[in-house]
This record gives sequence, structure tokens and C-alpha cells, in this order.
Amino acid sequence: MTRRTSLAATAAALIAAASLALVAMPGAAAVAAAACSNGSLTLVHKGQLTVATDAPAYPPYYENNKPANGQGFESAVAYGVAGALGFKNSQVKWTIEPFNDSYAPGPKPFDFDINEISITSARAKAVDFSTSYFDNPQAIVVVKGSKFQHVTSLAALRGARFGVQVGTTSLSAVTAEIHPASQPKVYNSSNDVVTALRDHLVDAIVVDLATGFYLTSGEIPHGVVVGQFNAPGGDNWGLLLAKHSKLTPCLDEALAKLRSSGKLAAITKRWMQSGAGVPVLK
Amino acid sequence: MHATPTTRAARQQARRQRARHSIAISATSTGVVIAGLAVAIVLSPGWRTVRETFFSWHYFKQVLPSLPGGFWLDVQIFLVVEAIVLALGLMIALIRTVRAPVLFPLRVVSVVFVDVMRGVPLLILLYLFVFGLLALGFSFIPSDETILAGAALVCCYAAYVSEVFRAGIESVHPSQPAAALALGLTRPQALRHVVMPQAIRAVLPPLLNDFISLTKDVSLVSIFGPLEIVRIAQINADQYFNYTPYIAAAAFYLVITLPLIRIVDHMRSRALRRQNALVLM
Repeated sequence: MTRRTSLAATAAALIAAASLALVAMPGAAAVAAAACSNGSLTLVHKGQLTVATDAPAYPPYYENNKPANGQGFESAVAYGVAGALGFKNSQVKWTIEPFNDSYAPGPKPFDFDINEISITSARAKAVDFSTSYFDNPQAIVVVKGSKFQHVTSLAALRGARFGVQVGTTSLSAVTAEIHPASQPKVYNSSNDVVTALRDHLVDAIVVDLATGFYLTSGEIPHGVVVGQFNAPGGDNWGLLLAKHSKLTPCLDEALAKLRSSGKLAAITKRWMQSGAGVPVLK
Repeated sequence: MHATPTTRAARQQARRQRARHSIAISATSTGVVIAGLAVAIVLSPGWRTVRETFFSWHYFKQVLPSLPGGFWLDVQIFLVVEAIVLALGLMIALIRTVRAPVLFPLRVVSVVFVDVMRGVPLLILLYLFVFGLLALGFSFIPSDETILAGAALVCCYAAYVSEVFRAGIESVHPSQPAAALALGLTRPQALRHVVMPQAIRAVLPPLLNDFISLTKDVSLVSIFGPLEIVRIAQINADQYFNYTPYIAAAAFYLVITLPLIRIVDHMRSRALRRQNALVLM
């Protein structure tokens, strides 16, 4: 009973703080900032910010499979968030968290997880998400010479055999938006998805657009991004935290700072190729 | 001295009483242990979270209708693979036990086959058979991941099963085929009618072990795309961030394997009773 009451109280306080922040009262912002400064945070390991991602960590989100080098989109976002919270780069420690474990119950070995995780209301029942730091459309990738290379509509792809990675928004996006004649094939890792395309086990693969650009520029030399489309409800990525983590409002605040200062846009521009040249399929 | 009818009756009654006594003790101790475990789990600080994350009735009901289709795919693959495994395993075992010098090269091949197939982790074998074989680009290799993955399962399990059969064949005392030959049976006849029936009866339990192990390993086929039950469960688990779908999938496996285990146990004890008519235990 006590727990529920105190949770309700926290929620009420958060809502109050949020609405205050919305009307931009300088006093309220200062109070919130004080609660979120480096010294007063509840952390897994004292004095350091423990950030998690899966291994291997793929470009363009990470470079050379080394999250700690600050290179790559998500690594840069993580260090940006850490900086906004008042951490020095040397105080950021990385840990490996496989995606399938990230929503396990019990204490989490990280302060937050940044691993291209899509925010959905179903998932938000089990974990906390920060506000979105990226909104990614879906991309359809085929090999050059495929009969699906020059399609101009999603309907024309209905006969294709699709491959997707398990746990990604791409699977529901294919099912909901394309309605393929045959069940999409589902793989464990994006490496396996790529191999299936190379081995002609599938005609097309669906990945997020940024991954699509990366794959066609290196991993699949004969690959081509045919078009982009939006998953139902969009695909917003958020930082993942333990349910009811005290850190969640602080991460939101840090992301808000990055947004308003233009830093997030700069990071996105540096690491994520613009999708302007890719036809939008409907 | 012969036991009189009355002493025999007294003995039987004492034996029955002892049996009743031990059943009562084992029932009580089982009850205490299970109740203790149940109470400990339910009273643990994290039980509410565990119940919601692994045993949520809500998600169980939600995922259940999507599972039978995936399970049927597993069952089909299993039945085909198991049939080939039994035939191939038996063949390899026979090749390795028959001592004809002409068969020497075949024996070498089967020894190497068994050693390699048992030694390489199944996961790697699967990758080699599916992605590896397809990358060769031969047109005669079927471009069907289920068939290729099934072939990898066949090779792995045939290697294990052949060793089980071989152990069974070697466990039959040499006096048995010798007696059969002395009676005028040919070698193949002695093998077919004297050695094999005893060998197979002896290895039923380990065969069933491999059998059950295979029912679960079939789900590895999902690595290459097909939507079988564990994959469907995983998709749902990843969607809802809840592990209950895996428990629902596990229930399907238990429905198949538990009766299988009981049936074979029953067959085994019946065979034992028939074989040793005088059991004093």
C-alpha cells in the first residue's frame, strides 16, 4: 500500500514538474536541474554513468564496435546526454546488454540502455523510456537486378519474400503496411538478414533507413535501397531504463537541452545520412 | 523346510504393509518439499514481478492462438528428421560393428563422420549447412532453409544415435550370436533375430533421450527464417517486453514430451519384468 501511495505521489510530482516546465517558469526549471545534477543522481555505480548497448555494436550507431570511442550516432548521443547531466566523458562506463535481456525483471546493470530501441506503449508497461532521440523510417533493400528494384509502390512488393530481424519494428511494419503474400522470414541478427539476402533466401530485407544506407554502402555491395516507408505510428527510439527509474525525468531533461541547443540535430546530421533522396513508397 | 500357507500369507501381508508405509512416507515428504518450495517462491520479494513477467495470464491468453501453427511446423520437421536419424544411425552403427575387411573404407568414413558431427557445435553445423552450402552457389543445392537445416540436424543426431545403437549391439553377450550360429542361423539372421532385438531393448532409454533433445533442437531451424513456435514466442516477447510467450511455448513441448517419456518408461519396465521373471526388489 505504501509503495502505491508513494508512486502516486511521485507521479503527481512529476506531472506537476512537467506542467511547470511547460509554462517555462524559471524557478521550476532551476529546481528540476538541481535534482538532476551529477552529485544527486541515483546511479548503479556511484560516481559513474553506466550506459549499455548490445554487442556487436553496428555502424552508423557505433564505430569499430567500440561504444566508448564517442564515434557513431548513439555513442555521440550517449556522451551528449552524459555531458548535459554534468558527467565528464571519463565518467561514462559502457556495458554490454543483449536486447532480449534489456527488459528482464529485477535490477538492471545499467543506468540507461541506448540500442536503437523503439518506444511503444506495450513495451512501456515493462520499462521506462526517455523521450525520443530519433525517428527512423523503414527502408526496403534488394540486390541489384532484382525484379523488385524499380517498384514504385508498396503494393508491388506484395509478392516478395521478406527478411527482417527479430524484435525490430521492421517486422510489424512489413506485416501492417505491405501485407506480403508469404510470411516474412525472421532472423536473429542483422548479419543473418544480410546473409539471407546474399544467399537469395529472401528477395528483400526491411531495416531502418540508416541501417539500409550503411548496408548498401559496404556489407551488401550489390544492394540498393529501393524506397522508404513509415512504420504504423512511426518508429521513435528512446533510451531504455528500469521501470520507475528516478533517472528517467533527468534523461528527458538532458535530451531537451540537447534539442534546444541544436546539439542533437548536429549529431544526427553528422552520423545519419539524410533520407531525402530515397523515394517514399505508399 | 517349506513355507506353510499361513507363513506365506503372513509374509505377503508384512510386505504389503511395508509398501503402504513407504508410500505414505514418500507422499508426505514430497508434499512437504513442494509446499515449502511453493511458499518460498511466492513469498520471495520479487515474486509479483516474476509472476507478471513470466506467468502473466493476460499475455498467455493473448499469445496462445498464434502458437499451434508454429508448433505444427516443428512437429513436421521433427518427424521427418527423426525417421531419417533412426535409419542412418542404425546403418552407421552396423557398419562400425560388422568386421568384414571389405567394408574398411566405409568404416573409416563413418568414424570420421561420427567424430566430426558430434564434435562440432550444432549451431555452427547449422550455419555451415544453410548459409555455407547456399553460398557455394550450386544449383543442385535446394534453396530451402528448412531442408538444409533439417539435413544438419540429421547429421548431428545420426552421429549420436549411431553410438547409442553401437553400444546396444556391443552390450549383447558374444555367446548369443555364437549360439545362434551354432543353431544354423546365418550371420545376418543372427543379427536380425538375436542381437538386434536385445540391443534395441537395452538402448530404448538413451534413444528416448536423444529423441526428446531433438524435439527441442528443431526450433534452431528458426535461425534461418521459418516462423516456428519459439520464434513466434520471441517475437511476442520482444513486442510486449514480457517473457510469458516463452512459457506458453514450453507448455506445448511438455504436452508432447511428458506422455512420450511415460510411455517409454512403461514399455521399459514391462520388458524388464518379462526379461527377469524373478524380480526380488
